[in-house]
Amino acid sequence: MSNDAKSLLVQGYEVVIGFETHTQLTTQSKIFSRASTAFGAAPNTQASAVDFALPGALPVMNKGAVQRAIEFGLAVNAHIAEQSVFARKNYFYPDLPKGYQISQFEIPVVQGGRVEFFLGDEKKSVRLVRAHLEEDAGKSLHEDFIGLSGIDLNRAGTPLLEIVTEPDMRSSAEAVAYARELHKIVTWIGICDGNMQEGSFRCDANVSVRKPGAPLGTRREIKNLNSFKFMQQAMDYEIRWQIGQLEDGHAIQQATVLFNADTGETRAMRSKEDAADYRYFPDPDLPPLMIGRDWVERVRSEMTELPRVMAQRFVADYGLPTYDAGQLTQSKPIAAYFEAVALASKQPKLASNWVMGELSRRLNAEEKSIEVSGISAHQLAVLIGRIADNTISNNAAKQVFEALWTGEGKDVDALIEAKGLNQMNGADELEKIIDEVLAANSKNVEEVRAGNSKAFNALVGQAMKATKGRANPAQVNDLLKKKLA
Amino acid sequence: MALTSQDIARVANLARLELRPDETAHTLQQLNGFFTLVQQMGAVNTDGVEPLAHPAAVLGEVALRLRDDIASETNQREASQVSAPAVERGLFLVPKVIE
Amino acid sequence: MSSNIRHTPHADLHDLGVAQLAAKLASREVSSVEVTQHFLARIQQYDSLGAFLATNAEVSLAQARAADARLAAGERSPLLGVPLAHKDVFVTRDFATTAGSKMLEGYRSPFDATVVSKLGVAAGGAGMVTLGKLNCDEFAMGSGSDNSAYKPVHNPWDTCRVPGGSSGGSAAAVAARLVPAATGTDTGGSIRQPASLTGITGIKPTYGRCSRYGMVAFASSLDQAGPMAHSALDCALLLSAMAGPDLDRDSTSLDLPATDYAMNLIAACEQKKDATPLKGLKIGLPTQFFGTGCSPDVLAAVRAALAEFEKLGATLVDVSLPLTELSIPVYYVIAPAEASSNLSRFDGVRYGHRAAHYTDLTDMYKKSRSEGFGDEATRRIMIGTYVLSHGYYDAYYLKAQKIRRLIAQDFQKAFTQCDVIAGPVSPTVAWKIGEKSDDPVASYLADIYTLSSSLAGLPGMSVPAGFGAYGMPVGLQLIGNYFKEAQLLGTAHQFQLATDWHERTPGAMT
Repeated sequence: MSNDAKSLLVQGYEVVIGFETHTQLTTQSKIFSRASTAFGAAPNTQASAVDFALPGALPVMNKGAVQRAIEFGLAVNAHIAEQSVFARKNYFYPDLPKGYQISQFEIPVVQGGRVEFFLGDEKKSVRLVRAHLEEDAGKSLHEDFIGLSGIDLNRAGTPLLEIVTEPDMRSSAEAVAYARELHKIVTWIGICDGNMQEGSFRCDANVSVRKPGAPLGTRREIKNLNSFKFMQQAMDYEIRWQIGQLEDGHAIQQATVLFNADTGETRAMRSKEDAADYRYFPDPDLPPLMIGRDWVERVRSEMTELPRVMAQRFVADYGLPTYDAGQLTQSKPIAAYFEAVALASKQPKLASNWVMGELSRRLNAEEKSIEVSGISAHQLAVLIGRIADNTISNNAAKQVFEALWTGEGKDVDALIEAKGLNQMNGADELEKIIDEVLAANSKNVEEVRAGNSKAFNALVGQAMKATKGRANPAQVNDLLKKKLA
Repeated sequence: MALTSQDIARVANLARLELRPDETAHTLQQLNGFFTLVQQMGAVNTDGVEPLAHPAAVLGEVALRLRDDIASETNQREASQVSAPAVERGLFLVPKVIE
Repeated sequence: MSSNIRHTPHADLHDLGVAQLAAKLASREVSSVEVTQHFLARIQQYDSLGAFLATNAEVSLAQARAADARLAAGERSPLLGVPLAHKDVFVTRDFATTAGSKMLEGYRSPFDATVVSKLGVAAGGAGMVTLGKLNCDEFAMGSGSDNSAYKPVHNPWDTCRVPGGSSGGSAAAVAARLVPAATGTDTGGSIRQPASLTGITGIKPTYGRCSRYGMVAFASSLDQAGPMAHSALDCALLLSAMAGPDLDRDSTSLDLPATDYAMNLIAACEQKKDATPLKGLKIGLPTQFFGTGCSPDVLAAVRAALAEFEKLGATLVDVSLPLTELSIPVYYVIAPAEASSNLSRFDGVRYGHRAAHYTDLTDMYKKSRSEGFGDEATRRIMIGTYVLSHGYYDAYYLKAQKIRRLIAQDFQKAFTQCDVIAGPVSPTVAWKIGEKSDDPVASYLADIYTLSSSLAGLPGMSVPAGFGAYGMPVGLQLIGNYFKEAQLLGTAHQFQLATDWHERTPGAMT
């Protein structure tokens, strides 16, 4: 387990990081109301009586949010609670219309589980404590109003799955790798759109440092890290800051801090100071959430194959190197494209090379996603087939690829024909050409006989030239050797 | 155990209530009277008894009803803000929120 | 109040109950507009009772005309065109909703409570005309209706006395015949106790029987709506329209088909025309309900009523509800805990009272809430916040919820020995206004007979059973097992066929 793994020390301190991630679920409607969850509507136009917390309004639970929680739980091998309880977290804040947030406290819907990923070539495994369903708050807008804030409740009631880890991570790099893997999982299974700019995937990092072997240090929570870049910056700054404090003999005070991307610094929040006592109690408006085993099994049977599992299968079934398998399962469309090519061409390794090589190079160059690739999986499969059956050389294949990409042609074999790229395997035709080459280069022939290998290579080159590169170099070698023997 | 005026101050702050000094004293005396009544609960043995959060649960399991994920609400901003103390450009206005 | 009311010649209309009015309307003997005008005139005439917080003649008459149109078109349904009024904790589009609090002065809801639309003239509704909104204790917290932020409600039997609470406006209005029927809400006795103290009939159904959607929440796990009217038959007519699942809007609404309680009564009477219609009915008397805590005049009336039930063929058996006294602390921990959270939405941000002067956000919250909430609401928010706060949750809230289960289980034991449970509703008749206002604990103790069934979520009702001290009405409480509203109403109906306590009206009001 990663927390047993030897950890890299910073100035003699061990870094301890735990994550809390708020993932907005991809439901059409809010968790307790029928208002839309679409992003970017005019202020307060996507809020119902429930979201405005009008007198008499009551919550009714969205099945889609529960479904997504189950999918996540299965994706991380967690326990799905047969019975979980919604509780009220009581505190006053203008973007919290009811004066309490409906969340899960004592009994969350997803319990335990782990997220596994590679940090370089080291396998890491971060244990999850829980993942619970809750409602998002609205937004306080501070611009435009002097001395005032404007409250927009469009986001209020958007379903969230809050995913909480054990303090298992030992470096900012490992924490970011965890966050990337988690992001990959929730987007892969489609429970979250992963849009970090719009706040669909928000991370809070609990950071503390300690001397090796010492008990856990006091942690500070960095809130709302919604870019992987800032995530790393914020944690590195926080780690340095905490070590600096300790080195100067100051104790760390538990605090919630915000990261300022402009200054690259973290600073403690001034609000929510006295909100420590949330007075949680089971929400009397909502009976316990019951999830039958049959539902869990149905979801399991319908679940899409997870990236980790798919990578293992690519290694086992296609004999790909672990590295290839990992790269090809970075995104669902790439994995699907690869598998289509591999199955059609029966050449998994060639397919992997071409998808990760030529294809991704062209896609990157034109900033295209694989869904709009200039070459279909079928075309690439045929092309690879022609390399495999020695119809064309690798270099010739690149020319065909180019032609397919630019739309010069659609049919692989037609292009090979038109460009006259098929390798000549007919022995007699080749023999005739070689005889001509030998006749025309008697000087070289003598030098070869005198044991000059350079001259032999020159003859090979002449022969290839004469065949316009269509000959199989190996075959040319054999024939020359035979004739000069 | 009796409440202190510090308890009253702490609870009032949690509840976002402002009590005048005379009210605090009065409330303290009334709440202490009330909590002597509440002490009776201690006499009841509740070992192994499940708390009853929903009355119907006495008859057996109550399960949360789940609705299908359909967004059917329309824009109700105007009607919902008729009784709002301060609104501008569709936003509820409050004194600056400090983070 | 609006003053353009033409006094109608139908001077006796107000003595008619819901069923009788419905019959006159169905036969076109009177129009809904005439009935509505008559009651609006009485409401105006007896405004000093303090029963109403809002009326709007134009709105009511428009609804009456709509009902008349449906009657003229030949539509016949048991409540069509009959007027009623709603306790002010039900939100309504057409009238302001204040819940008796300054906090919500002038609040306009963009929607109607489910109960309101089920009873109303709008499509799918029973076609009743709304006469206005009824006064109550602030946020339904109180048992005297003298905790209203606007004005106290007076008991029509003696205007120096309280009508009970929190549905005191509803009770006073029905008792004074200002309305033939009203809605109420009951969290710890707020329908049964005022019904008892004003000599009318009221029923609190099983928790979840009527939708809570659109009721300003006090204690979510206890709040339940119910009808208040002259008789069990009228209550049955109203409850048939009010009850039923509201699966799309209230997660605690029971998924049970609505029954026609009134038809049940009439059918039952057809079958049992003999002198002992209640033969075989076992009525359980909890010894704890008949102790020294109950004043002799009330006990005398209750025992007389029980003797009447025996005459009707019922047998009386003793049962025990050992935790009856504990129901007071248990209720006054749970209800304030839920209330402290339910009332957090009143923060002066989106609606409701906002202080005129404040320094910052926190100050705005504190000033707005302190100015907006009255003493009792403030007291209960303080209690509730305290019992939920760190370090006290287990000792108070959790402990109370455990005893709550024991209380509910005691009832189930009792129901193995009897069909319905009977006893007093209130240990005394109505007290003088202001008598208990400075001793909250004393008034909490007076709820002893109604709290335990509320905690268990059982249906209960109050049936006029005679008079006690100072000639004030006394009610008999009937408690049924879960979902047994029909049996309760049937039992009460048989009693009312044999007695006329429910037909008595306060002399001064005729």
